[in-house]
Amino acid sequence: MIELRIHGRGGQGAVVASKTLAQAAFLAGRYVQSYPDYGVERRGAPVVAFARIAEPGDDLFVRQDIREPHHLLVLDATLLDSGNPIAGLRTGGWVVVNTPDPPEALGIVPRFRVATINASEIASRHGLGSAAQPVVNTAILGAFVRATGIVSLDDLLTAIDHEVPVKAEENRLAAAEAYEQVLLEVSV
Amino acid sequence: MPERLLLTGNHAAAYGAMLARSEVISAYPITPQTMIVELLSELTASGRLDAKFITVESEHSAMAACVGASAAGARAYTATSGQGLALMHEMLHWAVGARLPIVLTNVSRAMAPGWSIWSDQSDILSQRDVGWMMLFAESVQEAQDFIIWMYRVAEQVFLPGMVGMDAFILSHTAEPLIVHDQEAVDEYLPPFEPLYDLDPAQPRAYGGLVNRDHYFELRYKIYENMERAGQLLIDAGEEFGDVLGHKYTPLEGFMLDDAEYVLVSAGAMTSNVRQAVRDLREKGIKAGLLRVIAFRPFPVKQIRRILGGRKKVAVLDRNMSAGHSGIFAEEVRSALHGQSDAPPIYGYVVGIGGRDVRVETAHEVMDDLLERDEPEMALFVGVKGLPIGPLRADYEIRPLEPLEVVR
Repeated sequence: MIELRIHGRGGQGAVVASKTLAQAAFLAGRYVQSYPDYGVERRGAPVVAFARIAEPGDDLFVRQDIREPHHLLVLDATLLDSGNPIAGLRTGGWVVVNTPDPPEALGIVPRFRVATINASEIASRHGLGSAAQPVVNTAILGAFVRATGIVSLDDLLTAIDHEVPVKAEENRLAAAEAYEQVLLEVSV
Repeated sequence: MPERLLLTGNHAAAYGAMLARSEVISAYPITPQTMIVELLSELTASGRLDAKFITVESEHSAMAACVGASAAGARAYTATSGQGLALMHEMLHWAVGARLPIVLTNVSRAMAPGWSIWSDQSDILSQRDVGWMMLFAESVQEAQDFIIWMYRVAEQVFLPGMVGMDAFILSHTAEPLIVHDQEAVDEYLPPFEPLYDLDPAQPRAYGGLVNRDHYFELRYKIYENMERAGQLLIDAGEEFGDVLGHKYTPLEGFMLDDAEYVLVSAGAMTSNVRQAVRDLREKGIKAGLLRVIAFRPFPVKQIRRILGGRKKVAVLDRNMSAGHSGIFAEEVRSALHGQSDAPPIYGYVVGIGGRDVRVETAHEVMDDLLERDEPEMALFVGVKGLPIGPLRADYEIRPLEPLEVVR
């Protein structure tokens, strides 16, 4: 079983990212769960969402908070400086961050693997959200899928069709582009 | 063909109401139930569900509209949560007394204040004695299926029924869901046939004055039909398996056969208790799980048979009745009363206000159960700064002789 946590800010699409990733694994025949951690819901405020993906053929699931995720997605790099989004991450886990900087620049401790992608730039270029507040979820998912290999890019693109209500084509292009452009660092 | 989709418990409930061909839906939005109402509103607006959607100004009115619709012969559905269910309370009684088989989904949420939207069974259990049937779902699939199962029984006994599902843990969690084929659901659940129609050509009075010479008998019939519902839930649950592919039962056991220590649980937290039981078996501890699905009617006879002769029973309650005990624990104790081989019942209060009930929580309960000699009414698990145990009272209640009153 793989457990994931997604950190974002209200309006960036963290909750849809969780559902889309779960959908991609579901389409590949895996048993999944996706849920948001609802607190105060407002634009710009920190948002957390989660997903569980069972091993192929397994459908035994627990229904409890995810405290020790295998991997993280961070939709806004400023979240790395507020609170502690890396808390509980398992050793060797991927931290996939939306930032123009390379992985080495983030100063994340070497027991985790870091991948970076300028998802804001990709999303803006494809007209997703506004220039000031791009909706970066599909772009960062492309990067995440490349880094972790948990699901295939094809399944992600089909899941985007299922889960993303508008601009499906632009979102698919953003995901595919991020898949190609992601910077991967293996620092274990 | 049935479809397999990835949906939240709330959307599963909306699909359940749609597959059941609810004809009148009246609801007032409240977190965490809102998505049910939103989706049903969309489904009726688009024509996919041929139903009348009545918007109202409160939950009390939502149930009043369902009462009117059901009395007129329509299959009526609503959904609510927490304070909304509390506000509905008076009309819940009305639905029972008027013998109207309305079905509602309650997304269980802690009662305010302190203001909370998180999972807690206190809202639905506060309605224990109104005379509604009650089922507790553990999965998104059951959030859908129990609505259909409930209508099947409700319309045979002319009593309403509610389906409880946990806030967020089910309501906002997307899981794989089999959306049944409409034709198969139609085969399972025939159209509602009311006993009487509201017909202007044949005017009658409903809900009128009943004097002392009839009221008792009316209530006796409610009690009788609730008892009948116990068997009908079993029959309809089996039929659900024949027609729709999954059998449901009022109680569900896991590794019970030779279990010496039984954990009793209801709702979504049961998934974690089940995992703990698997772990305990690997360690050689003879643990088992009894999951309560039907809370009203309460399966007293089956519980007596299943729990009789066990070494110890722990009941996990995500609720509490202050001044007494967790409510499921109380019901189980009451069911076993007077039985010669009744095991001691240890009541554990867990997860109040949505505090995470984890696999580890069930392990903590089992560790405590194995060590503790005397059963307690309420053992609190996870109160900050306190180990598992009964209320830490710094006062003593003195033994009291009954007061002799001379009149």
